[in-house]
Amino acid sequence: MPEAAIFQGLSWNPLTDLDRLVSYPFMVHALEAGTIVAFMAGVTGWFVVLRRQTFVGHTLSVIAFPGAAAATLAGLPLAVGYFGFCACGALALGGIGGSRRGLSAESASIGSLQALALALGFLFVSLYHGILSGLDSLLFGTFLGITSRQVLLLLVVAVATVSFVAVVARPLVFASVDADVARARGVPVRLLGLGFLLVLGLSVAETSQITGALLVFALLVTPAATAHELTSRPGLGIALSVGLALGVTWLGLALAYFSTYPVGFYVTSLSFALYVLVRLGRGAVGRRRATARFAPEVA
Amino acid sequence: MMLAHEFMRNALITGTFVAVACGLVGYFVVLRAQVFAGDALSHIAFTGALAAAVLGFDTLAGLFVVTILGGIVMGLLGDRARADDVTIGSLFAWTLGLGVLFLSIFARGDSAGNGTGGVRVLFGSIFGLDAAAVRTSVLLALLASALLLAIARPLLYASLDAAVAAAQGVPVRVLGLGFLTLLGLVAAEASQAVGALLLLGLLAAPAGAAHRLTARPYRGLLLSTVFAVGSVWLGLTLSYRFPTLPPSSMVVGAAVGIYALTLAATAARRGSLSREARSGFDAEGSLGRSEA
Repeated sequence: MPEAAIFQGLSWNPLTDLDRLVSYPFMVHALEAGTIVAFMAGVTGWFVVLRRQTFVGHTLSVIAFPGAAAATLAGLPLAVGYFGFCACGALALGGIGGSRRGLSAESASIGSLQALALALGFLFVSLYHGILSGLDSLLFGTFLGITSRQVLLLLVVAVATVSFVAVVARPLVFASVDADVARARGVPVRLLGLGFLLVLGLSVAETSQITGALLVFALLVTPAATAHELTSRPGLGIALSVGLALGVTWLGLALAYFSTYPVGFYVTSLSFALYVLVRLGRGAVGRRRATARFAPEVA
Repeated sequence: MMLAHEFMRNALITGTFVAVACGLVGYFVVLRAQVFAGDALSHIAFTGALAAAVLGFDTLAGLFVVTILGGIVMGLLGDRARADDVTIGSLFAWTLGLGVLFLSIFARGDSAGNGTGGVRVLFGSIFGLDAAAVRTSVLLALLASALLLAIARPLLYASLDAAVAAAQGVPVRVLGLGFLTLLGLVAAEASQAVGALLLLGLLAAPAGAAHRLTARPYRGLLLSTVFAVGSVWLGLTLSYRFPTLPPSSMVVGAAVGIYALTLAATAARRGSLSREARSGFDAEGSLGRSEA
């Protein structure tokens, strides 16, 4: 276990600890990659939560797994598998969402697609016997051992994704909040939805190479859900979502560096704790406001 | 010939009963659009089993306790015991993080060190069941099916029109909570047979096909069960004939194949129906135009 090898414990001197945190190149790469991933996930995740596409987001991230397995089996570079499968998955999911067959049919189709993806992934892994020991890292990823080339590629994808979202942000918010009115005003709702899914697939494919297929989801949904609890204003919400994603990623990486436990555990636990705190806090504030509003009427 | 092997008999018996439970519960999962909740519960089952393995409890007990608790928590968090997807998503992401933690501890303690225990929980080991495991899973599947059939009528009412059902005195919230608990039971039960990650295929695909074919509830329940059992038999037979193909992948492949066939068949039928309807309207003049 590489994590065990670097376990040194805290010196409790913040400057020394920060210094040690960036003293290894692999840790610098991990911090760079984590920052890019968190930024991208924070932006796209805000729209995922707004559009109630959590299930779709999770399915896309699962589709990355057979992509990687298929690429390994065929002897192709992993990135080809990730991008190819995620793009096809996004198109299929776009077709499911657009057919307007009602909520229950949609949820059944998405679920079946995800089950198929997992079945294919396991099939490919079984056909390629050697990979089995690497299955865990395929599913759960590793922040260690990221190369500077990967960081560069990640940066390119992130810039492409975020600039697409920035360009279509206004119509996309409109189409997500009220699809019917947006359609009547001439916004290409379907095309926007499909474009967003493709971009989401792209960012999920890129992210899952670092975080593993299962954990993309944590950065995508939880910080964004927390931001949506705090504000409904789009600009502020996206900024909050990015800020929270960055915060939990940095803290998670640092905690993982100074302990023996995996970074995925820290990132998910921190973001879930924040979400629960915000929900509880908002519940308390809401109750107080409700009683305050009620009191003068009684008097 | 296939039935001469004991592992094959065990797999078929367990698979059949698990499929019956999944088909019945899956029908309501799809009806209530709660496939995502089922998905989350299957991952919670994975974490529960690993947690029990790490903490030294009985894996099966850990699996059931954690998954059923997960169902209850999701029911309590959501409105009207129909947990909304963002809440589920956040809980779910955290569960995965916990799963990773337990997996890393488990893999470290494992002398082999390659974490195959985690893989077994994720993808199941239906060909490796012993007689005791078969007995347990058959009993639990029967229990889950009986419980579901007992609440089927009010649950159907509550799922189709919650407001009217509540006005008529049907305990909608309790039913929703009970259903998620039951879903937790089935998720735990199925994840030891087909694996936590593949349970979704048996929940969503046969029921999706049944809903596509009929709107009548009891016929739909029956169809969903038949499809689920058929997928298990087909998948296990395929995997027996071609031993390189893993059984859980084949079972899910069969289920999704049935669903895809149903979609194609009904789409073709509806397409020809709507073409007929359209030509009929056109013959009557402007009626078709105004409808469009």
